[in-house]
Amino acid sequence: MDSLSFDLATTPLRELNQFLHHEAKTGQVKQVTVLNPDGAHNIAVGLDCPVEVEVHGHAGYYAGGMNKTGTVTILGSAGTGVAENMMSGRVHVKGFASNSAGASAHGGLLVIDGDAGLRCGISLKGGDVVVGGSVGSFSAFMAQAGRMVICGDAGDALGDSLYEAVLYVRGSIKSLGADAQVEPMGETDLATVADLLSQAGMNHDPAEFKRIASRRELYHWNADANQEY
Amino acid sequence: MCGIVGLLVKTPALTERLGELMVPMLIGMTERGPDSAGLAVFTAALPDNERKISVYSGLTEAGADFNWLGLAHDMKAHLGVSVKVEAKGNHAILTAGLDPDVIKRWIKEHHPRLYLLSTGRSIDLYKDIGTPADVAARYDFRHMKGTHLVGHTRMATESAVTPERAHPFTAGEDFCLVHNGSLSNPNGIRRMLEPRGIHFETDNDTEAACRFLEWRLREGDDLEAALQKGFEELDGFYTFLMGTPDKLALIRDPFACKPAVVAETDDYVAIASEFRSLAHLPDIKHAHVFEPAPEEMYVWTV
Repeated sequence: MDSLSFDLATTPLRELNQFLHHEAKTGQVKQVTVLNPDGAHNIAVGLDCPVEVEVHGHAGYYAGGMNKTGTVTILGSAGTGVAENMMSGRVHVKGFASNSAGASAHGGLLVIDGDAGLRCGISLKGGDVVVGGSVGSFSAFMAQAGRMVICGDAGDALGDSLYEAVLYVRGSIKSLGADAQVEPMGETDLATVADLLSQAGMNHDPAEFKRIASRRELYHWNADANQEY
Repeated sequence: MCGIVGLLVKTPALTERLGELMVPMLIGMTERGPDSAGLAVFTAALPDNERKISVYSGLTEAGADFNWLGLAHDMKAHLGVSVKVEAKGNHAILTAGLDPDVIKRWIKEHHPRLYLLSTGRSIDLYKDIGTPADVAARYDFRHMKGTHLVGHTRMATESAVTPERAHPFTAGEDFCLVHNGSLSNPNGIRRMLEPRGIHFETDNDTEAACRFLEWRLREGDDLEAALQKGFEELDGFYTFLMGTPDKLALIRDPFACKPAVVAETDDYVAIASEFRSLAHLPDIKHAHVFEPAPEEMYVWTV
Protein backbone atom coordinates (compact mmCIF):
# COMPACT_ATOMS: atom_id res chain seq x y z
CA MET A 1 0.00 0.00 0.00
CA ASP A 2 1.66 3.17 -1.22
CA SER A 3 -1.02 5.64 -0.29
CA LEU A 4 -3.67 6.13 2.32
CA SER A 5 -6.58 8.50 2.76
CA PHE A 6 -7.90 10.08 5.97
CA ASP A 7 -11.34 11.68 5.90
CA LEU A 8 -11.45 14.18 8.74
CA ALA A 9 -15.25 14.29 8.48
CA THR A 10 -15.27 10.79 10.01
CA THR A 11 -11.76 10.30 11.45
CA PRO A 12 -10.34 12.27 14.37
CA LEU A 13 -7.36 14.48 13.49
CA ARG A 14 -5.30 12.76 16.18
CA GLU A 15 -5.54 9.48 14.27
CA LEU A 16 -4.05 11.16 11.20
CA ASN A 17 -1.23 12.82 13.12
CA GLN A 18 -0.41 9.67 15.11
CA PHE A 19 -0.19 7.72 11.86
CA LEU A 20 2.15 10.37 10.43
CA HIS A 21 4.31 10.32 13.55
CA HIS A 22 4.58 6.54 13.86
CA GLU A 23 3.51 4.20 11.04
CA ALA A 24 4.55 6.64 8.30
CA LYS A 25 8.14 6.39 9.47
CA THR A 26 8.36 2.77 8.28
CA GLY A 27 8.14 4.16 4.74
CA GLN A 28 5.48 1.72 3.57
CA VAL A 29 2.96 4.48 2.97
CA LYS A 30 4.51 7.27 0.95
CA GLN A 31 1.44 9.40 0.22
CA VAL A 32 -1.33 10.44 2.55
CA THR A 33 -4.44 12.25 1.37
CA VAL A 34 -6.47 14.32 3.84
CA LEU A 35 -10.12 14.86 2.90
CA ASN A 36 -12.53 17.37 4.45
CA PRO A 37 -9.92 19.25 6.49
CA ASP A 38 -12.63 21.91 7.05
CA GLY A 39 -10.24 24.34 8.72
CA ALA A 40 -9.02 21.97 11.44
CA HIS A 41 -5.94 23.13 13.34
CA ASN A 42 -2.60 21.27 13.49
CA ILE A 43 -3.00 19.15 10.35
CA ALA A 44 0.21 17.19 9.64
CA VAL A 45 2.28 18.97 12.28
CA GLY A 46 5.62 17.56 13.41
CA LEU A 47 6.36 15.34 10.42
CA ASP A 48 9.69 13.58 10.84
CA CYS A 49 9.95 11.43 7.69
CA PRO A 50 9.78 12.03 3.94
CA VAL A 51 6.06 11.33 3.65
CA GLU A 52 3.90 13.34 1.21
CA VAL A 53 0.67 14.74 2.61
CA GLU A 54 -1.94 16.28 0.35
CA VAL A 55 -4.72 18.26 2.06
CA HIS A 56 -7.85 18.62 -0.06
CA GLY A 57 -9.45 21.81 1.22
CA HIS A 58 -8.81 24.65 3.66
CA ALA A 59 -6.49 24.04 6.62
CA GLY A 60 -6.70 25.78 10.01
CA TYR A 61 -3.86 27.02 12.22
CA TYR A 62 -0.29 25.65 12.17
CA ALA A 63 -0.69 23.23 9.24
CA GLY A 64 2.65 21.56 8.49
CA GLY A 65 4.21 23.21 11.53
CA MET A 66 7.58 21.86 12.74
CA ASN A 67 7.89 19.86 9.53
CA LYS A 68 11.13 17.89 9.11
CA THR A 69 11.75 16.24 5.70
CA GLY A 70 8.02 15.88 4.92
CA THR A 71 6.10 17.40 2.01
CA VAL A 72 2.73 18.97 2.72
CA THR A 73 0.56 20.34 -0.08
CA ILE A 74 -2.61 22.23 0.79
CA LEU A 75 -5.15 22.47 -2.03
CA GLY A 76 -6.87 25.42 -0.42
CA SER A 77 -6.00 28.17 2.02
CA ALA A 78 -4.03 27.88 5.24
CA GLY A 79 -4.75 29.52 8.59
CA THR A 80 -2.38 31.31 10.95
CA GLY A 81 1.16 29.95 11.28
CA VAL A 82 1.37 27.54 8.37
CA ALA A 83 4.78 25.77 8.40
CA GLU A 84 5.78 27.66 11.55
CA ASN A 85 9.08 26.38 12.90
CA MET A 86 9.67 24.17 9.85
CA MET A 87 13.09 22.49 10.01
CA SER A 88 13.30 21.02 6.51
CA GLY A 89 11.10 19.61 3.75
CA ARG A 90 8.45 21.52 1.86
CA VAL A 91 5.03 23.02 2.52
CA HIS A 92 3.05 24.28 -0.45
CA VAL A 93 -0.19 26.28 -0.06
CA LYS A 94 -2.09 26.48 -3.34
CA GLY A 95 -4.45 29.17 -2.06
CA PHE A 96 -3.76 32.06 0.32
CA ALA A 97 -2.14 31.90 3.74
CA SER A 98 -3.16 33.83 6.85
CA ASN A 99 -0.87 35.63 9.31
CA SER A 100 2.59 34.49 10.45
CA ALA A 101 3.17 32.04 7.61
CA GLY A 102 6.55 30.35 7.99
CA ALA A 103 7.19 32.00 11.38
CA SER A 104 10.57 31.02 12.81
CA ALA A 105 11.21 28.42 10.09
CA HIS A 106 14.74 27.06 10.46
CA GLY A 107 14.90 25.34 7.08
CA GLY A 108 12.84 23.88 4.25
CA LEU A 109 10.78 25.67 1.64
CA LEU A 110 7.36 27.26 2.13
CA VAL A 111 5.54 28.11 -1.12
CA ILE A 112 2.33 30.13 -1.09
CA ASP A 113 0.71 30.53 -4.49
CA GLY A 114 -1.70 33.26 -3.35
CA ASP A 115 -1.28 36.13 -0.91
CA ALA A 116 0.14 35.81 2.58
CA GLY A 117 -1.23 37.79 5.52
CA LEU A 118 0.67 39.94 7.98
CA ARG A 119 3.97 38.96 9.62
CA CYS A 120 4.88 36.42 6.92
CA GLY A 121 8.32 34.99 7.70
CA ILE A 122 8.48 36.69 11.10
CA SER A 123 11.67 35.68 12.92
CA LEU A 124 12.73 33.49 10.00
CA LYS A 125 15.75 31.45 11.09
CA GLY A 126 17.00 29.88 7.88
CA GLY A 127 13.99 28.66 5.92
CA ASP A 128 13.03 29.86 2.46
CA VAL A 129 9.64 31.38 1.65
CA VAL A 130 8.28 32.03 -1.85
CA VAL A 131 4.99 33.94 -2.11
CA GLY A 132 3.27 34.13 -5.50
CA GLY A 133 1.06 37.02 -4.40
CA SER A 134 1.59 39.83 -1.91
CA VAL A 135 2.51 39.84 1.77
CA GLY A 136 0.95 41.93 4.55
CA SER A 137 2.59 44.36 6.95
CA PHE A 138 5.48 43.50 9.27
CA SER A 139 6.65 40.63 7.10
CA ALA A 140 10.16 39.29 7.84
CA PHE A 141 10.15 41.16 11.17
CA MET A 142 13.44 40.28 12.93
CA ALA A 143 14.21 37.63 10.33
CA GLN A 144 17.60 36.19 11.18
CA ALA A 145 18.51 33.90 8.29
CA GLY A 146 16.93 32.47 5.17
CA ARG A 147 15.40 34.02 2.07
CA MET A 148 12.00 35.34 1.07
CA VAL A 149 10.89 35.84 -2.52
CA ILE A 150 7.75 37.95 -2.85
CA CYS A 151 6.33 38.06 -6.37
CA GLY A 152 3.67 40.66 -5.54
CA ASP A 153 3.75 43.66 -3.20
CA ALA A 154 4.80 44.06 0.43
CA GLY A 155 2.87 45.96 3.12
CA ASP A 156 4.16 48.32 5.78
CA ALA A 157 7.41 47.90 7.72
CA LEU A 158 8.91 45.16 5.57
CA GLY A 159 11.97 43.62 7.19
CA ASP A 160 11.83 45.67 10.39
CA SER A 161 14.88 44.91 12.58
CA LEU A 162 16.13 42.49 9.97
CA TYR A 163 19.24 40.43 10.78
CA GLU A 164 20.85 38.32 8.06
CA ALA A 165 17.78 37.12 6.13
CA VAL A 166 17.52 38.53 2.59
CA LEU A 167 14.24 39.51 0.93
CA TYR A 168 13.45 39.82 -2.77
CA VAL A 169 10.37 41.78 -3.82
CA ARG A 170 9.04 42.06 -7.35
CA GLY A 171 6.21 44.54 -6.74
CA SER A 172 5.95 47.68 -4.64
CA ILE A 173 6.93 48.01 -1.00
CA LYS A 174 4.53 50.16 1.03
CA SER A 175 7.27 50.94 3.54
CA LEU A 176 10.49 49.47 4.83
CA GLY A 177 10.92 48.74 8.52
CA ALA A 178 13.69 50.13 10.71
CA ASP A 179 17.16 49.13 9.53
CA ALA A 180 15.97 47.52 6.27
CA GLN A 181 17.29 48.89 2.98
CA VAL A 182 17.03 48.21 -0.74
CA GLU A 183 20.34 47.00 -2.19
CA PRO A 184 21.46 46.29 -5.73
CA MET A 185 20.87 42.78 -7.12
CA GLY A 186 24.16 40.93 -7.67
CA GLU A 187 24.78 37.81 -9.75
CA THR A 188 24.31 35.58 -6.70
CA ASP A 189 20.96 37.26 -5.96
CA LEU A 190 19.73 36.66 -9.51
CA ALA A 191 20.76 33.01 -9.28
CA THR A 192 19.11 32.64 -5.84
CA VAL A 193 15.83 34.12 -7.05
CA ALA A 194 15.89 32.00 -10.22
CA ASP A 195 16.52 28.86 -8.16
CA LEU A 196 13.78 29.56 -5.60
CA LEU A 197 11.25 30.52 -8.30
CA SER A 198 12.02 27.32 -10.15
CA GLN A 199 11.64 25.24 -6.97
CA ALA A 200 8.29 26.96 -6.39
CA GLY A 201 7.16 26.43 -9.98
CA MET A 202 6.78 30.14 -10.67
CA ASN A 203 7.81 32.02 -13.78
CA HIS A 204 9.23 35.51 -13.36
CA ASP A 205 12.33 37.28 -14.54
CA PRO A 206 14.72 37.47 -11.54
CA ALA A 207 15.86 40.85 -12.82
CA GLU A 208 12.45 42.28 -11.87
CA PHE A 209 13.15 41.75 -8.16
CA LYS A 210 14.64 44.17 -5.64
CA ARG A 211 16.94 42.99 -2.86
CA ILE A 212 16.20 44.07 0.71
CA ALA A 213 18.68 43.41 3.48
CA SER A 214 19.74 44.78 6.84
CA ARG A 215 21.60 48.07 7.18
CA ARG A 216 23.07 46.49 10.36
CA GLU A 217 22.78 49.70 12.35
CA LEU A 218 20.66 48.07 15.03
CA TYR A 219 23.20 45.34 15.69
CA HIS A 220 24.90 47.27 18.46
CA TRP A 221 23.52 49.61 21.05
CA ASN A 222 24.37 53.17 20.13
CA ALA A 223 24.09 55.50 23.12
CA ASP A 224 24.37 58.54 20.83
CA ALA A 225 21.35 57.57 18.72
CA ASN A 226 18.97 59.10 21.29
CA GLN A 227 16.31 56.53 20.39
CA GLU A 228 16.17 57.91 16.85
CA TYR A 229 16.35 54.91 14.55
CA MET B 1 -10.06 35.07 22.64
CA CYS B 2 -13.60 35.13 21.25
CA GLY B 3 -15.40 33.91 18.17
CA ILE B 4 -17.51 35.98 15.82
CA VAL B 5 -19.93 34.78 13.17
CA GLY B 6 -22.12 36.59 10.70
CA LEU B 7 -24.46 35.48 7.95
CA LEU B 8 -26.37 37.46 5.34
CA VAL B 9 -28.59 35.51 2.96
CA LYS B 10 -29.74 36.66 -0.45
CA THR B 11 -32.61 34.26 -1.28
CA PRO B 12 -36.06 33.81 0.35
CA ALA B 13 -35.36 30.06 0.72
CA LEU B 14 -32.27 30.75 2.82
CA THR B 15 -34.10 33.41 4.87
CA GLU B 16 -36.23 30.52 6.14
CA ARG B 17 -33.10 28.50 6.99
CA LEU B 18 -31.04 31.31 8.57
CA GLY B 19 -30.95 29.80 12.07
CA GLU B 20 -30.33 26.27 10.86
CA LEU B 21 -27.26 27.44 8.89
CA MET B 22 -26.01 29.59 11.75
CA VAL B 23 -26.10 27.18 14.71
CA PRO B 24 -23.15 25.06 13.48
CA MET B 25 -21.26 28.31 12.80
CA LEU B 26 -21.76 29.39 16.41
CA ILE B 27 -20.98 25.97 17.88
CA GLY B 28 -17.88 25.80 15.65
CA MET B 29 -16.51 28.77 17.62
CA THR B 30 -16.93 27.08 21.02
CA GLU B 31 -13.19 26.65 21.58
CA ARG B 32 -12.69 30.35 20.99
CA GLY B 33 -15.53 31.32 23.33
CA PRO B 34 -17.03 28.80 25.76
CA ASP B 35 -18.21 31.32 28.44
CA SER B 36 -21.20 32.99 26.84
CA ALA B 37 -22.89 33.32 23.49
CA GLY B 38 -25.21 35.75 21.80
CA LEU B 39 -27.06 36.45 18.62
CA ALA B 40 -28.74 39.39 16.91
CA VAL B 41 -31.20 38.52 14.14
CA PHE B 42 -32.53 41.13 11.73
CA THR B 43 -36.01 40.50 10.37
CA ALA B 44 -38.33 42.45 8.08
CA ALA B 45 -38.94 45.88 9.64
CA LEU B 46 -42.07 46.60 11.67
CA PRO B 47 -44.30 49.56 10.62
CA ASP B 48 -42.90 52.99 11.36
CA ASN B 49 -44.87 53.47 14.59
CA GLU B 50 -44.04 50.08 16.16
CA ARG B 51 -41.01 48.90 18.08
CA LYS B 52 -39.86 45.59 19.46
CA ILE B 53 -37.77 45.29 22.57
CA SER B 54 -35.78 42.16 23.51
CA VAL B 55 -35.88 41.68 27.29
CA TYR B 56 -33.93 39.29 29.54
CA SER B 57 -35.35 38.09 32.86
CA GLY B 58 -32.40 35.93 33.96
CA LEU B 59 -31.37 38.56 36.54
CA THR B 60 -34.79 38.65 38.19
CA GLU B 61 -35.79 36.36 41.06
CA ALA B 62 -38.21 34.44 38.85
CA GLY B 63 -35.57 33.93 36.16
CA ALA B 64 -36.88 31.68 33.40
CA ASP B 65 -40.26 31.47 35.18
CA PHE B 66 -40.84 35.19 34.81
CA ASN B 67 -44.52 36.02 34.34
CA TRP B 68 -44.36 37.61 30.88
CA LEU B 69 -48.12 37.57 30.35
CA GLY B 70 -48.58 39.34 33.66
CA LEU B 71 -46.11 41.96 32.46
CA ALA B 72 -48.10 42.49 29.26
CA HIS B 73 -51.30 42.73 31.28
CA ASP B 74 -49.82 45.35 33.61
CA MET B 75 -48.43 47.34 30.69
CA LYS B 76 -51.81 47.42 29.01
CA ALA B 77 -53.41 48.57 32.28
CA HIS B 78 -50.83 51.33 32.87
CA LEU B 79 -49.95 52.45 29.35
CA GLY B 80 -53.22 51.74 27.58
CA VAL B 81 -51.73 49.81 24.67
CA SER B 82 -51.62 46.16 23.78
CA VAL B 83 -48.17 44.64 24.00
CA LYS B 84 -47.45 41.50 22.03
CA VAL B 85 -45.22 39.08 23.95
CA GLU B 86 -43.16 36.27 22.43
CA ALA B 87 -41.49 34.58 25.40
CA LYS B 88 -38.89 31.80 25.57
CA GLY B 89 -37.92 31.12 29.19
CA ASN B 90 -35.86 34.03 30.45
CA HIS B 91 -36.26 35.97 27.21
CA ALA B 92 -39.12 37.82 25.58
CA ILE B 93 -39.70 40.10 22.64
CA LEU B 94 -42.23 42.82 23.45
CA THR B 95 -43.86 44.54 20.47
CA ALA B 96 -46.03 47.63 20.76
CA GLY B 97 -47.12 50.71 18.84
CA LEU B 98 -45.70 53.09 21.40
CA ASP B 99 -42.66 55.29 21.92
CA PRO B 100 -40.01 52.79 23.05
CA ASP B 101 -38.71 55.24 25.65
CA VAL B 102 -42.10 55.13 27.38
CA ILE B 103 -41.99 51.32 27.48
CA LYS B 104 -38.39 51.26 28.70
CA ARG B 105 -39.10 53.82 31.43
CA TRP B 106 -42.10 51.80 32.56
CA ILE B 107 -40.06 48.57 32.70
CA LYS B 108 -37.23 50.25 34.63
CA GLU B 109 -39.71 51.63 37.14
CA HIS B 110 -41.75 48.46 37.68
CA HIS B 111 -39.20 45.71 36.99
CA PRO B 112 -35.76 47.23 37.58
CA ARG B 113 -34.02 43.86 37.29
CA LEU B 114 -35.34 43.11 33.82
CA TYR B 115 -32.49 43.70 31.40
CA LEU B 116 -33.22 45.40 28.07
CA LEU B 117 -31.19 43.78 25.30
CA SER B 118 -32.22 45.69 22.19
CA THR B 119 -34.74 48.08 20.68
CA GLY B 120 -35.75 48.57 17.09
CA ARG B 121 -38.01 47.71 14.19
CA SER B 122 -35.82 44.85 12.89
CA ILE B 123 -33.52 43.53 15.60
CA ASP B 124 -34.12 40.61 17.97
CA LEU B 125 -31.33 40.00 20.44
CA TYR B 126 -30.39 37.03 22.63
CA LYS B 127 -27.39 36.61 24.88
CA ASP B 128 -26.61 34.60 27.97
CA ILE B 129 -23.85 32.78 29.78
CA GLY B 130 -23.23 29.13 28.90
CA THR B 131 -21.64 27.24 26.03
CA PRO B 132 -22.71 28.22 22.51
CA ALA B 133 -24.57 24.89 22.17
CA ASP B 134 -26.46 25.49 25.44
CA VAL B 135 -27.38 29.06 24.57
CA ALA B 136 -28.44 28.06 21.04
CA ALA B 137 -30.71 25.35 22.46
CA ARG B 138 -32.05 27.65 25.22
CA TYR B 139 -33.44 30.12 22.69
CA ASP B 140 -34.03 27.72 19.79
CA PHE B 141 -31.62 29.56 17.48
CA ARG B 142 -32.08 26.76 14.94
CA HIS B 143 -35.54 27.97 13.96
CA MET B 144 -34.76 31.66 13.61
CA LYS B 145 -35.58 33.34 10.37
CA GLY B 146 -34.37 36.58 8.92
CA THR B 147 -32.14 38.18 6.35
CA HIS B 148 -28.95 38.53 8.37
CA LEU B 149 -27.47 37.98 11.80
CA VAL B 150 -24.50 38.69 13.99
CA GLY B 151 -23.32 36.12 16.54
CA HIS B 152 -20.59 35.81 19.14
CA THR B 153 -18.96 33.28 21.44
CA ARG B 154 -17.11 34.77 24.39
CA MET B 155 -13.96 33.95 26.30
CA ALA B 156 -13.89 36.86 28.72
CA THR B 157 -10.69 38.84 29.18
CA GLU B 158 -11.79 42.43 29.87
CA SER B 159 -14.72 42.07 32.25
CA ALA B 160 -16.66 39.46 34.20
CA VAL B 161 -18.68 36.60 32.74
CA THR B 162 -22.27 37.84 33.07
CA PRO B 163 -25.20 38.00 30.63
CA GLU B 164 -24.95 41.81 30.33
CA ARG B 165 -21.29 41.57 29.34
CA ALA B 166 -21.92 38.92 26.68
CA HIS B 167 -22.06 40.11 23.08
CA PRO B 168 -23.67 41.43 20.90
CA PHE B 169 -23.81 44.88 22.46
CA THR B 170 -26.47 47.27 21.25
CA ALA B 171 -26.92 51.03 21.34
CA GLY B 172 -29.75 53.18 20.05
CA GLU B 173 -32.11 51.33 17.74
CA ASP B 174 -31.39 48.47 15.33
CA PHE B 175 -27.62 48.56 15.79
CA CYS B 176 -25.40 45.88 17.30
CA LEU B 177 -21.72 45.04 17.47
CA VAL B 178 -19.61 42.01 18.40
CA HIS B 179 -15.91 42.12 19.12
CA ASN B 180 -12.97 39.77 19.17
CA GLY B 181 -10.03 41.48 20.80
CA SER B 182 -9.41 44.06 23.49
CA LEU B 183 -9.44 47.85 23.42
CA SER B 184 -6.79 49.88 25.16
CA ASN B 185 -8.71 53.18 25.38
CA PRO B 186 -12.30 52.25 26.31
CA ASN B 187 -12.24 54.50 29.36
CA GLY B 188 -11.13 57.48 27.29
CA ILE B 189 -14.02 56.81 24.90
CA ARG B 190 -16.42 56.62 27.86
CA ARG B 191 -15.14 59.90 29.31
CA MET B 192 -15.70 61.51 25.91
CA LEU B 193 -19.23 60.12 25.48
CA GLU B 194 -20.69 60.35 28.99
CA PRO B 195 -20.77 64.18 29.14
CA ARG B 196 -22.76 63.98 25.89
CA GLY B 197 -25.50 62.17 27.77
CA ILE B 198 -24.58 58.69 26.60
CA HIS B 199 -25.22 56.19 29.38
CA PHE B 200 -23.13 53.03 29.87
CA GLU B 201 -24.52 49.84 31.40
CA THR B 202 -21.35 47.79 31.95
CA ASP B 203 -17.59 48.16 32.40
CA ASN B 204 -16.96 46.19 29.22
CA ASP B 205 -14.55 47.61 26.61
CA THR B 206 -16.72 46.50 23.69
CA GLU B 207 -19.63 48.58 24.96
CA ALA B 208 -17.47 51.69 24.42
CA ALA B 209 -16.90 50.80 20.76
CA CYS B 210 -20.58 50.03 20.25
CA ARG B 211 -21.78 53.30 21.80
CA PHE B 212 -19.10 55.32 20.01
CA LEU B 213 -20.08 54.04 16.57
CA GLU B 214 -23.82 54.33 17.23
CA TRP B 215 -23.23 57.91 18.44
CA ARG B 216 -21.47 58.72 15.16
CA LEU B 217 -24.38 57.22 13.18
CA ARG B 218 -26.85 59.26 15.22
CA GLU B 219 -24.77 62.39 14.62
CA GLY B 220 -25.37 61.91 10.90
CA ASP B 221 -22.36 59.90 9.73
CA ASP B 222 -23.14 57.15 7.27
CA LEU B 223 -21.78 53.72 8.19
CA GLU B 224 -18.53 54.23 6.25
CA ALA B 225 -17.86 57.62 7.84
CA ALA B 226 -18.59 56.23 11.31
CA LEU B 227 -16.21 53.30 10.76
CA GLN B 228 -13.52 55.69 9.55
CA LYS B 229 -13.87 57.63 12.83
CA GLY B 230 -13.68 54.26 14.59
CA PHE B 231 -10.31 53.59 12.96
CA GLU B 232 -9.13 56.99 14.18
CA GLU B 233 -10.47 56.84 17.76
CA LEU B 234 -10.58 53.20 18.84
CA ASP B 235 -7.21 51.87 19.91
CA GLY B 236 -6.43 48.23 20.51
CA PHE B 237 -7.00 44.88 18.92
CA TYR B 238 -10.26 44.19 17.22
CA THR B 239 -12.24 42.41 14.64
CA PHE B 240 -15.66 44.11 14.81
CA LEU B 241 -18.77 42.79 13.12
CA MET B 242 -21.77 45.12 13.12
CA GLY B 243 -25.40 44.76 12.08
CA THR B 244 -27.93 47.36 10.94
CA PRO B 245 -31.42 46.74 9.47
CA ASP B 246 -29.98 46.24 5.98
CA LYS B 247 -26.23 45.76 6.42
CA LEU B 248 -23.42 43.74 7.92
CA ALA B 249 -20.11 45.55 8.35
CA LEU B 250 -16.69 44.18 9.28
CA ILE B 251 -13.44 45.91 10.21
CA ARG B 252 -10.09 44.69 11.56
CA ASP B 253 -7.41 46.67 13.38
CA PRO B 254 -4.24 47.69 11.47
CA PHE B 255 -2.26 44.79 12.97
CA ALA B 256 -4.96 42.22 12.08
CA CYS B 257 -4.36 40.72 15.48
CA LYS B 258 -7.68 38.93 15.52
CA PRO B 259 -8.72 36.61 12.74
CA ALA B 260 -11.59 36.74 10.26
CA VAL B 261 -12.49 34.84 7.14
CA VAL B 262 -15.30 35.44 4.65
CA ALA B 263 -17.06 33.04 2.28
CA GLU B 264 -19.26 34.53 -0.40
CA THR B 265 -21.56 32.83 -2.93
CA ASP B 266 -24.46 34.08 -5.06
CA ASP B 267 -26.75 33.05 -2.19
CA TYR B 268 -25.00 34.25 0.97
CA VAL B 269 -22.12 36.03 2.68
CA ALA B 270 -20.77 34.22 5.74
CA ILE B 271 -18.20 35.62 8.14
CA ALA B 272 -16.39 33.81 10.96
CA SER B 273 -13.23 34.03 13.00
CA GLU B 274 -12.07 30.80 11.42
CA PHE B 275 -12.94 28.68 8.41
CA ARG B 276 -13.99 25.72 10.57
CA SER B 277 -17.25 27.60 11.28
CA LEU B 278 -17.97 27.93 7.57
CA ALA B 279 -17.08 24.43 6.36
CA HIS B 280 -20.65 23.09 6.59
CA LEU B 281 -22.33 25.85 4.54
CA PRO B 282 -24.05 24.93 1.26
CA ASP B 283 -21.82 24.90 -1.80
CA ILE B 284 -18.89 26.11 0.31
CA LYS B 285 -16.44 24.35 -2.02
CA HIS B 286 -17.34 26.85 -4.72
CA ALA B 287 -17.55 29.90 -2.46
CA HIS B 288 -15.13 32.80 -2.82
CA VAL B 289 -13.17 32.45 0.43
CA PHE B 290 -10.91 35.30 1.50
CA GLU B 291 -9.34 36.95 4.48
CA PRO B 292 -10.47 40.55 5.00
CA ALA B 293 -7.54 42.98 5.05
CA PRO B 294 -6.69 45.09 8.10
CA GLU B 295 -7.99 48.67 8.22
CA GLU B 296 -10.40 48.07 5.34
CA MET B 297 -14.19 48.39 5.53
CA TYR B 298 -16.29 45.49 4.38
CA VAL B 299 -19.98 46.31 4.10
CA TRP B 300 -22.58 43.91 2.72
CA THR B 301 -26.15 45.02 2.02
CA VAL B 302 -29.22 42.78 2.13
